[in-house]
Amino acid sequence: MPAPKRIGSQTVAFAQPPVILATAALAGAKEGQGPLRPTFDKVIEDPYYGEDSWEKAERRFLQEALEKALAKANLRPEQVDYLLAGDLLNQIVAANFAARALGIPYVGLYGACATIYEGLALGAMLIDGGFADYVLIGSSSHYSTAERQFRFPTEHGSQRPPTAQWTVTGAGAILLGRQGKGPRVTHATIGRVIDLGSTDPMNMGAAMAPAAANTIVSHLSDLGRQVTDYDLILTGDLGYYGRELLLALCREYGYELGERHNDCGLMIFDRQKQDVHAGGSGCGCPAVVTCGYLFQELSAGRLRRVLGIGTGALMSPITTKQGDTIPAIAHAVVLEA
Amino acid sequence: MVRQFDPSQPLEMQKRQYQQMVNRLVPRPPVWRNCLWAFGVGGLICTAGQGIVSFFQGVGLSFLDAATATSIVLVFLAAFLTGLGLYDELARYAGAGMLVPITGFANAMVAPALEARTEGLVLGVGARLFAVAGPILVFGIVTAWLSGLIYYLFGPRPPLGS
Repeated sequence: MPAPKRIGSQTVAFAQPPVILATAALAGAKEGQGPLRPTFDKVIEDPYYGEDSWEKAERRFLQEALEKALAKANLRPEQVDYLLAGDLLNQIVAANFAARALGIPYVGLYGACATIYEGLALGAMLIDGGFADYVLIGSSSHYSTAERQFRFPTEHGSQRPPTAQWTVTGAGAILLGRQGKGPRVTHATIGRVIDLGSTDPMNMGAAMAPAAANTIVSHLSDLGRQVTDYDLILTGDLGYYGRELLLALCREYGYELGERHNDCGLMIFDRQKQDVHAGGSGCGCPAVVTCGYLFQELSAGRLRRVLGIGTGALMSPITTKQGDTIPAIAHAVVLEA
Repeated sequence: MVRQFDPSQPLEMQKRQYQQMVNRLVPRPPVWRNCLWAFGVGGLICTAGQGIVSFFQGVGLSFLDAATATSIVLVFLAAFLTGLGLYDELARYAGAGMLVPITGFANAMVAPALEARTEGLVLGVGARLFAVAGPILVFGIVTAWLSGLIYYLFGPRPPLGS
């Protein structure tokens, strides 16, 4: 007998859709100068956040976001069944060390910038599968730790091409529960790894757009839905050029996303004023936009049904130097008010 | 209308079509503007360098000593600006104009050193100091060997006894 909650090639429908009980979004200084400032719980001006390294700062961002989400729901860490978290650093150390501090049974995730949506999909499965009452999900990135790991030292004088994106400094956390009040996670579509031959790590939007298109198209066809069934189709961090490519690809598959689509990387910064080239990127980008803006819009009922898609580029600096192309992934989750 | 991307084609064909889409959409870096900036800023740095050489010669140094002192001053200034977090802000516009002169080399050493400080002096700063500048040294030294060899084999011989 086939799995009862599975639909089509890669989508699941939750029998009792888990509830987003609380979220928290912490953002850095540059993000705080952007248009989404009012949606963040806290803007932290100091990139070191009082620590002596950027890595420790990122860890503290993530830990504080997780604790804030718990506090908003009046829960203690002991009451949470699982913590699902990840980040961009080698060995996902921001998440591992935050998990050490919280003491919640922990599953570390790596989906690059898609991690928060990977966590949402898995967390909803754990709850609807009857394995948990509460699942806490978090993800973070920091401009300086990411630059240092994936590109050049931050103070190195190099010129960025127009397609480059700016890694968001920020952390988001989501508390999912089996019951309660709040937006619900009704479906999830787990992505396949897609690689259409992009090699330029300074153009991540182009590497990730085919994965986003693949997941969106699979999702819509699995459920027999149309673009107009959603108030918003929100991708994680494709940026300006990645968005153009996504729209073109979806058109070839027969779906016109048009005005219904937006991208967290385009929403978080003001591209005209903030010199971020093609937009924002990093785990923190979809995390803070989803935990801030999106959660608030859904809670207020201004958005009724949203398809959120985390997009991640799965290369490392070594594979890039060895001439490999860039594989990418996208996970989608349906959120309903 | 000819489809720019046809998902029913084999994967290799999709890759080719997609990369053509990317190339059509993605803007080229503004090469002429970058060249102008590089020319202007690089020229200014070199002019300042000449000014410093003339100053040192004016206070009595030989040309060679004045040139060495000038390198020291420029390297110090670049390292100092890197430490203040200003060098990369300027290089964002000036590009090769700040990369090619000796100032770029100073920046390429100080920038990784600043970050590696949290990993300790020996295994952090010591090991990472040449993370960016390493290739310049390696290939600079190799080129120097090769040109020395060529000069030794084919260059003019110094007069006997000199």
